Amino acid sequence: MTNSAETKELTLTEELIAYIEEWKDKPGNLIMVLHKVQEEYSYVPRAIAFEVAKLLDIPLARIYGVITFYHFFKLEKPGEYEIKICMGTACYLRAAEDLIKEFETLLNTESGTTTPDGKFSMEAVRCVGCCGLAPVVMIDNEVFGKLNPDQLPAILAKFSR
Amino acid sequence: MSKISIKINGIAHKVEKGTRILKAAKESQINIPTLCHHSDLQPWAACGLCVVKVEGSPKMVRACATDAVEGQNYITHDPELMEVRKTVLELMLSSHPNDCLNCARNGSCELQTAAADFCIRENCFAKEVKSLPLDKSTPSIVLDPRKCINCGRCALVCQQLQNVWALEFINRGYDTVIQPAGGALLNESPCIKCGQCSAHCPVGAIYEKDETDAFTAAVRDESKHVVVQIAPATRVAIGEAFGQKPGTIMTGQLYTALRMLGADAVFDTNFSADLTIMEEGTELVHRITGKDKSPLPQITSCCPAWTDYMEKYYPDMIPHFSTAKSPMMMQGAITKTYYADKKGIAPKSIYSVAIMPCTAKKYEIGRDDNMQASGHNDVDLVLTTRELARLIKRSGIDFLKLKEEPADSPIGEYSGAATIFGVTGGVMEAAIRTAHVLVTGKELGEINIAAVRGMDGVRACEVPIGDTKLKAAIAHGMTNVRRIMDEVRTAREKGEAPPYHFIEVMACKGGCIGGGGQPYFTDEKIREQRIAGIYTDDEKSATRCSHQNPGITQIYQEFLGEPLSKKSHELLHTKYKPLPLYQK
Repeated sequence: MTNSAETKELTLTEELIAYIEEWKDKPGNLIMVLHKVQEEYSYVPRAIAFEVAKLLDIPLARIYGVITFYHFFKLEKPGEYEIKICMGTACYLRAAEDLIKEFETLLNTESGTTTPDGKFSMEAVRCVGCCGLAPVVMIDNEVFGKLNPDQLPAILAKFSR
Repeated sequence: MSKISIKINGIAHKVEKGTRILKAAKESQINIPTLCHHSDLQPWAACGLCVVKVEGSPKMVRACATDAVEGQNYITHDPELMEVRKTVLELMLSSHPNDCLNCARNGSCELQTAAADFCIRENCFAKEVKSLPLDKSTPSIVLDPRKCINCGRCALVCQQLQNVWALEFINRGYDTVIQPAGGALLNESPCIKCGQCSAHCPVGAIYEKDETDAFTAAVRDESKHVVVQIAPATRVAIGEAFGQKPGTIMTGQLYTALRMLGADAVFDTNFSADLTIMEEGTELVHRITGKDKSPLPQITSCCPAWTDYMEKYYPDMIPHFSTAKSPMMMQGAITKTYYADKKGIAPKSIYSVAIMPCTAKKYEIGRDDNMQASGHNDVDLVLTTRELARLIKRSGIDFLKLKEEPADSPIGEYSGAATIFGVTGGVMEAAIRTAHVLVTGKELGEINIAAVRGMDGVRACEVPIGDTKLKAAIAHGMTNVRRIMDEVRTAREKGEAPPYHFIEVMACKGGCIGGGGQPYFTDEKIREQRIAGIYTDDEKSATRCSHQNPGITQIYQEFLGEPLSKKSHELLHTKYKPLPLYQK
């Protein structure tokens, strides 16, 4: 869950306000602004969604319609490291599901959530574009291929330091 | 508009250019099934039930959202189309609870009717019903997302018709749910409780909070003196639940039925509509003459969905609001004071019930402490027209055969001006009829004020009252309000004279006759018929103006003194305060 105390303190940066001003009257502004917001905060914090609604004069409901429609947008703060387990066809056939189960056991959390210490978040994604390495896991921008569950503790250890 | 020639199932028809296939077929006496389309809304092709074939094309098109084209022959019904539609229904039912017997829409559900027509006898697909919690947070309506078929009518009504944006499609595909943004419950969202979502929902996913059992318990409680009032709009709509034509006036039958149900006294909200005009009309005259320093235009406040909207969306307009309470709340306050005194009944033993066309009225009775002006809940219970119809049916009352009885005295009689409160423009017309006398001392020559009537979403006109030209504006359907409010705001910012003296707002299209608690299947035609019923009721009334109602003269003589007196202010007026759009 998002830390609510932290969310309350969040306010729009001056850069974001300037960006919103620039896009205010242009068509397609909402998606551009939301991208920028996620770039800044790594997710779309609720408090910021309220601010954007006010500045763009768009109902909050419309913003939530958009950010819950596209999987790209996150509603909760991701972990320091984002683990993406590919569930595209090739990885799926090469037992990517076992990797998910192993990560869930190792991190004691469910796929799609973040560990309580905020270190790791994990989610299943569609094809990451290197099927030859299936099954594939990406942690931040690093790709790990041809994996089996036994290799995962060592990989996590690398990031836990 | 030019006409085009098309064929529906090989039979030639002429329709207006730009007519959608669904409407063209309807005009040609062919009904194409649909669960998402509604004539109040822009079509958006969600349910897929209305697919038809165009002769010569292999594709099926959605009739609700496709324009009919000159020269085309549309096949609306053939074995293949029937099979496709049946499969669409079966897929919908595969994620539907199918607990029809326990459902609020049992007997009036469009999905149930379609399933019956298509002779669905078994579950062809594996059942997968999502387990989602009910949202019972508002005092007015309940959301049951398990029943939702994602047709989207509620969200579109909330956004297009009402401009409230409490409901939105959240998530995507199979995970789609229609609910407020940001994890808010309905009561924490901008929802104004107008209930238009519940009136448009084809299934039992949104429905009014049924409180008929509370009524039954009250009338069985010997220590309680149950007093009922009925709203103007209920009398011209409740007949529909018993197979009558929309607009049939059932006032007398309602009084009789309520007595049979156990009410100790039956009054009429219309009495207090007349009272509202005395208070609000005097307030308007005082604002115009400068005796009251509150700003012009004065804006009506009878509609609880509108007051809720204004507190959330237009808090800067609060000083413009008439401080007069709604007729329902005035009636409640005088029931537990004036009536209680006269009858020698302790106010605490009175149980005050209101029959309303409106779900927001359930919210209004508890909106703040001013709703206990008598020292008790001025109104204890609100039942919508739909709930009352249900109660009458299950109590075994043969409603259509009832003899017509009069209301009780002294707060039961009403003028024609009161009954038109139920339609858009009605409060304005009633106010003008009395304001004319307050300003000039003379009765209006022509009592019917055509300029304020009609169904246009926004209407503005000037009505001469003595030497003054009263500038009036009327809006109904919340989307239409914005234009007028922005006009007033702009004038204020520029330091110009206000563009209007008096603005009437009703949240629902057509006014209260189109309220969210009225019988199902309301559309433009039905609204017009109910409106005609209301104007008929006005014309056959013994008095046509609020100040002519003898009961009104009496209550001022015996109890209130004069309009805007200290006592009036204590009992009949209230205050408004800004509210956040989201309470969480």
